[in-house]
This record gives sequence, structure tokens and C-alpha cells, in this order.
Amino acid sequence: MPSADVPIQAEKARAVETVDLIPLLNEDEAEVARQMQICNACRYCEGFCAVFPAMTRRLEFGKADIHYLANLCHNCGACLHSCQYAPPHEFGVNVPQAMAKVRLNTYGDYAWPAAFGRLYKRNGVTLSVATAAALSLFLLLTIAMQGELFPQGLNGNFYALFPHNTLALMFGAVFGFSLLSLGIGVRRFWNNLSPGSSEGRAKPAAALEAGGAVLTLKYLDGGHGEGCTNEGDKFTLWRRRFHHFTFYGFMLCFAATAVATLYHYLLDLPAPYPVTSLPVLLGIAGGIGLLIGPAGLLALNLRRHPDHGDARQRPMDRAFIVLLFLVSLSGLVLLALRDTSWLALTLAIHLGLVMAFFLTMPYGKFAHGIYRAAALFKSSLESR
Amino acid sequence: MIDVLVIGGGNAALCAALMAREAGASVMLLEASPRQWRGGNSQHTRNLRCMHEGPQDVLVDAYPEEEFWQDLLKVTGGATDEKLARLVIRASSKCRGWMRKHGVRFQPPLSGALHVARTNAFFMGGGKALINAYYRSAEQLGIQIRYDSPVEAIELHDGRFVAARVPARDLDGGRRPAERIEARSCVLAAGGFESNRDWLRDAWGQNERGEWAADNFLIRGTRFNTGVLLRDLLEQGADAIGDPTQAHMVAIDARAPLYDGGICTRIDCVSLGVVVNRDGERFYDEGEDFWPKRYAIWGRLVAGQPGQIGYSIIDSKAVGHFMPPVFPGEQAHSLDELARKLGLPEASFVQAIQAYNAACRLGTFDHTVLDDCHTEGLVPAKTHWARPIDTPPYFGYALRPGVTFTYLGLKTDDTAAVRFGGKPSPNLFVAGEMMAGNVLGQGYTAGVGMSIGTAFGRIAGVQAAAASRGAHSSHNRGKHHAIS
Repeated sequence: MPSADVPIQAEKARAVETVDLIPLLNEDEAEVARQMQICNACRYCEGFCAVFPAMTRRLEFGKADIHYLANLCHNCGACLHSCQYAPPHEFGVNVPQAMAKVRLNTYGDYAWPAAFGRLYKRNGVTLSVATAAALSLFLLLTIAMQGELFPQGLNGNFYALFPHNTLALMFGAVFGFSLLSLGIGVRRFWNNLSPGSSEGRAKPAAALEAGGAVLTLKYLDGGHGEGCTNEGDKFTLWRRRFHHFTFYGFMLCFAATAVATLYHYLLDLPAPYPVTSLPVLLGIAGGIGLLIGPAGLLALNLRRHPDHGDARQRPMDRAFIVLLFLVSLSGLVLLALRDTSWLALTLAIHLGLVMAFFLTMPYGKFAHGIYRAAALFKSSLESR
Repeated sequence: MIDVLVIGGGNAALCAALMAREAGASVMLLEASPRQWRGGNSQHTRNLRCMHEGPQDVLVDAYPEEEFWQDLLKVTGGATDEKLARLVIRASSKCRGWMRKHGVRFQPPLSGALHVARTNAFFMGGGKALINAYYRSAEQLGIQIRYDSPVEAIELHDGRFVAARVPARDLDGGRRPAERIEARSCVLAAGGFESNRDWLRDAWGQNERGEWAADNFLIRGTRFNTGVLLRDLLEQGADAIGDPTQAHMVAIDARAPLYDGGICTRIDCVSLGVVVNRDGERFYDEGEDFWPKRYAIWGRLVAGQPGQIGYSIIDSKAVGHFMPPVFPGEQAHSLDELARKLGLPEASFVQAIQAYNAACRLGTFDHTVLDDCHTEGLVPAKTHWARPIDTPPYFGYALRPGVTFTYLGLKTDDTAAVRFGGKPSPNLFVAGEMMAGNVLGQGYTAGVGMSIGTAFGRIAGVQAAAASRGAHSSHNRGKHHAIS
């Protein structure tokens, strides 16, 4: 009855493909371990999210546990405002902040190729440089091929500027590399934290549950359905909603591209497509979502309580949000101006921004969704 | 002039302020602490003990009035007022809808606290989340909230509240002048005196060993409960209730901070092992009853030992079967090594453990029932969960008395009025820890402090609002309103 009966973690059968982590905790990890020791003796925040139930399944916090918990944390801030041990208490507990610091390290640690992990350190600069480089590339290509930035008489046909196969090859290669890189990164992360045994049977159900948590952003609901905190202890659902606009906007844009690819190869219907066609309609809907979502997230981010998360990561967050916004905006502008002499310029800008986005996908804020999903899957597996 | 002045910033104060505002009064709330420390001991709480006749959202089964009353009678040893106790118990079954309306959220019991799933409703995020919700609601309703405003004295005229005095104080680098705040009525909800070291020292005095026992107490609760207002009222002739040495007192880790250690400093392995004093000797039956029913007596037990220190000793069999402690224990591979690490006399400690081990009569160990593992021929006996301490590594945790709140308070009745010479004040009311001693003469049972604070806070708020209108409220008014 009175016992907590905390199962001690099963010994870790390590899978083959892992990153050799130094088993000693670094400063940020040691801080998470210290705070988890306090939280595990308190547990008041258990109802907010998946982090605290996962914590209660452990008595000690090793490196892999800390990486896992850090990526499970959605930085909703509810536990900070509810914490009797938050600063100015001498225990100085600020779980979302401690987790955020470790989280950034894990993206860097698991990145592939490993040398690129460094790009997380000054990520605002990384994204800016990538954007500038990609923009320059497409503007120069345009000038090289057309001799000017405002060629006439293209009638919306951007394949006259950049042949379909050239674009498919360039973007396919970069996107493919980014997916591979993210895949290897998250696989290394997974192999480091997965005990790799006895969890097999529950997998489909756990995947379903974790998938639901990802698609509904369950843990941005505060545990009571009223949302997470932003500028103070008040709850708001807007962070969750703007994430949904962003995520589903992105997915609609992705769907637009996929449908267009089918049109091109299966139906032999090359672009440009009329505004009322399926790919364009999907693209418009997605584009609008990708304007509303990032704009809202930026507004929330600018008003965020200073103690939330790791202030040093704000440039990374904001650069990513702005890039997403610009990708969408440039796409919609391109659509509006495609039948004018602005086609070449707007196309070059849009392609440049999309390229910058693809290039930095595995080395920027985009990764948080992937690592979060893996951590949620792990949480669903071990909680059954 | 404002209608109702509420002095205090914890659960009872907020309940009073919100109820008074809902009754149409203009309300000002004075919190002694800065904003970041607001909420008094309520920020450390986690649940409300609730009577209920059948399953209710987060509460399972039933916890009828009579059972609640019997539990209270048992822990207080009869030092309670049945009428007021039953009033609290009944109010606890009806207040949660109102709490929800003001933003409080409940959740199923925490892991490690399943034993109170039937009797206690847990606040999602704990007491500080509850406090945050009440403050948000209070701001929204237009209650004036002033932090950094400790009241040092009350002006009374023939038992009537006239004004509160806040001394001049330094704040944010500036000097804030002294203030005199008048109101038509007033609710006192400023907590006990547990953070007043001198008062504790006086109350406990010197023991037969010449020790000032209270000097070795740690305070689990807020550093702002210095009892200034309580003392002022007592000196002005308010009727008192309770013994100044009685308090909610548990055994906590000796390394806990002096104030605000809260829940996490509790040591929950007492019933899984033995407890010795600084001479290495056992002094009480560690297996007398389930830990949740006994944790609140161990603070006082340790306070009675030489040096006001105890040592909870377990072996590796107990690891993982209790709430993990906030600080790691001393760890050793032999009993004499553990004695050395804990600074205990080796010979008597090892002898005490060996005597205990030899006395253990093993049955079927089961920590979830009052099992049949007990000692024979040992004084004091361990009556349940007695298993030899023989499997290294051994662990030891030094224990100190940890005071949560004191029970000396102001005598009151079912209208929450402060009384002077047996006569209730027409416009001065009291709630929370300042009057909990009316219901809790001694002992404690989890979540009952919040039940008392919520019930009397709400009654005091309604009464104060009525008093501010000049309407002398009827005797049962508070109870009546508490149903809303």
C-alpha cells in the first residue's frame, strides 16, 4: 500500500548501432539528474505530461534516461509555474529549462554526419547562411540562364526556367540526404535509449498511441485540456493550435507536391496547373496554414516567459519559424505573380528558400518533431 | 473604504476573498510575501480530504461522513470540536465544483499515493497550481491583491475590526511608507507561527536534558508564517485555542533546508526498516500501522529523542519500495561501517540491529497489508513488516522533526468569527491555520488542512461580505452559502 514500487530499469542490452557517448554526465545532464531526483521525491506534476510518469519508472538517471526525458519534454512550462521548488527556492528547479539545454545537445550529439552536429550551436547563423547561399544560387542560375531577372513571356511555365528534371534531381537529392541524415540521427538516439528487449509485442499499440500523441499534440494540452503556459501561469491552447496550423500546413504542401508528381509521371500532365486544380488548391491551403502557424508561433515566442526553456535557443527557434513563414509566403507570391515578368525572380526566391529549408532540416529546429516522436514512442512502449 | 480586507495569501485567504467578492463586496487581499513566494503553506500542499457517498470523478468508492469523523477523532485523540469538525467534513463534499469554477483542476492520485485514492482529491500540479488558479480568478474578479504587505497589528474597537497596520518596509530598492488600511470587515488567514524560531523555542522550552528542542526543528512550510498577527490578536484578548507545541510535524531528512522543504524531504522508508536514536537504540514501533497513518507522528517522536535526531535504517531489500528520497542516503556494506558513516556508536548500534534481527518472526511479507512479520520479546516491538536487516548494502537517513504548521490559534465557531471573552466579533473572522486548532487539537491526517482552510475560508468570506453590508448574519449563513 504505501510503497511506490518503482521498477528498477531493466539492464540495457545495447543494440549494435549506437553512438559512443561518454558515460559521464556533462554539466547540463547532471543538472537534469539533480532536478529529477527532487521531482521524483515530489511528483506533484505527474498529471501534466509524459515526462513525470516516465521519471517515476526510474530511481536513477543515467545519460540515456536523461536524453530520453529531455526529448519527451514539450517545454509547455506547466511544471515550472506549479513548482514549489522553482527559483527563488534554493533547489532552483526549472525542469523545462534544464531539459531544453540537454535537448539541444542531443540533436548535436546524434547528428549525422557527426561533424554537422556543430551546426546546432549557432543555429540562427546556420539557417541564415544556408538561406543566403541558396537564394544566391537560384538568383545567379536565373541570371545565367535568362540573362536577366525579369524575362518576359514565360506564361507561368517555370520549367522553361528550370527544367523539371533539374529541379527533381536537385531537390530530390537534398531532401533525400536530409531524410537519411535525420533517420540515422534518430536511430542512434533510439538505440542508445532503448533497452532493446521485451518490448516487442506491444509495439503496434504503442505506435498507435504515440502517433496519436504526435498528431494531436496531446502534451500541449496541459493534462487538463486547457493548454500550456506562455507568458505566465495562465494556460492557452494557442501554442498547440499554431503548431497544428504549421504541421498540417506543411503536410498539405507536401501533399500538393506529391499529387503534382503523380500528375507529372502518371498522367503526363506537366505543371503549371490551374488555380482550381488539386495540387494548387492543396498548396494554397497548406501555404495559408504555413503563414498562420509560424506567425502565431513567433508572436507567442516573442512573448514567452523569460524562464521558459533555454534562452540561447531562441535564435534557432525564431530563425526556423521565419524560414517556414518565408517559404510559404514566397510560394503564394509566386502563384500570384506567375503570369507576370516577376515569375523568374519570385521562383528563384521560392526555390532558394525551399532549398535552404531542406538543407537545414536535419540540423535545426525541424529535428525536434522527429526526436519528440521517438521519445513518445518509447514512453508508450515502456508504460504498458 | 473597501468592504472586506483579507489578511493572508494562501488557500483559506483566497477562498475567503473569492467568496466575499462573489457576494458583491469590494475586496483587498494583503499577502506578506513577495509574489514569487505567495500562497503560504498552500504552495506545498497536494490534496483535499473529501467526504463522498459514492465514486466522484477522481475519487473512488465512498468516504462517508462517519468514517471521516472517526479518522479525525482517532488522529486527534479527541482533541477536536465535533460540531466544527462535521461542518468541515460536510463542506468537503460540496466544495469541489466551486474550486473548479475558479480554475482548480483535479487528477487521479499520484504514483506512490494510491492508498489515498479513496479519501483525497489531488490537485493537478499540486498546491501551487491551485494557488495560481485562485490568484488568476481573483485578479479577473477585480480583487485588489497586494504583495509584500505584512500586517503587524490590527486596530480593534470593542471587538470590532477597524483597520490593519502595515509597517514601513524596504522594497525594490525603495522605501514604502507605513500604511493604515481601513475596511468594513476583515478575514484573518495569515497562518500559524511555525517560522518564528523564538516563539517555537519559548513554546517547547528546555527539556530534561537541558536541550532547547525546537532549535533543532526544520520548517517544511513557508518562511513567512511568523505568527505576528496571531500574537497581536492574542495580546488584544482574542480567545485562543490549542497548545503551542502541537503541530503537523513529520520526520524529514536532516539535510532539508531550514524553510520550504515541502513534500520531497520526507523519508518514507521508516516502516520498511528500523529507526534508532543518536545512541544507536530503537525507540518506537516502526510497523505500528500503515505509513500514511503514521508519518505524522514521527516528527514528534524524533523531537523527543536526545539531540532531536533519528536515523532510519534499511537494507537493500527495501530499495525501490518507497518514494525515492530527495537526498541519497549513507550507504555501507556492513553495519559497523554504516554506524561510522552516520556518526553512531558502533557497538550499541550493531547490537541493537542484531537484537532486532534475532527477534524477527518472519511470516509472509506484504507491505500492502498489516502483515504477520513481527518481532518477539523485543522492546519496543516492531509489530508488522519486521524483516531482518541483513542484506547489504545498508542505507541510513538522518531524520529531524519537520514542522508543517502549528495548531495554536484563535477560537471560533461555525460563523468563523473571532471571539473576545466568549463573544463573537461582528466583523472580524478567521480561517485556515490560524483556526485549524479548533478542529485539529493534535495529530494529522493527509489533506485535512486544506479541508479546514477551504471550508472556513469560504464561510469567513461570506460572513465578512455580509458584515460589511451591516447585515448581521445569522448563525447558519456560512453553512448555507457553502453549498453553492
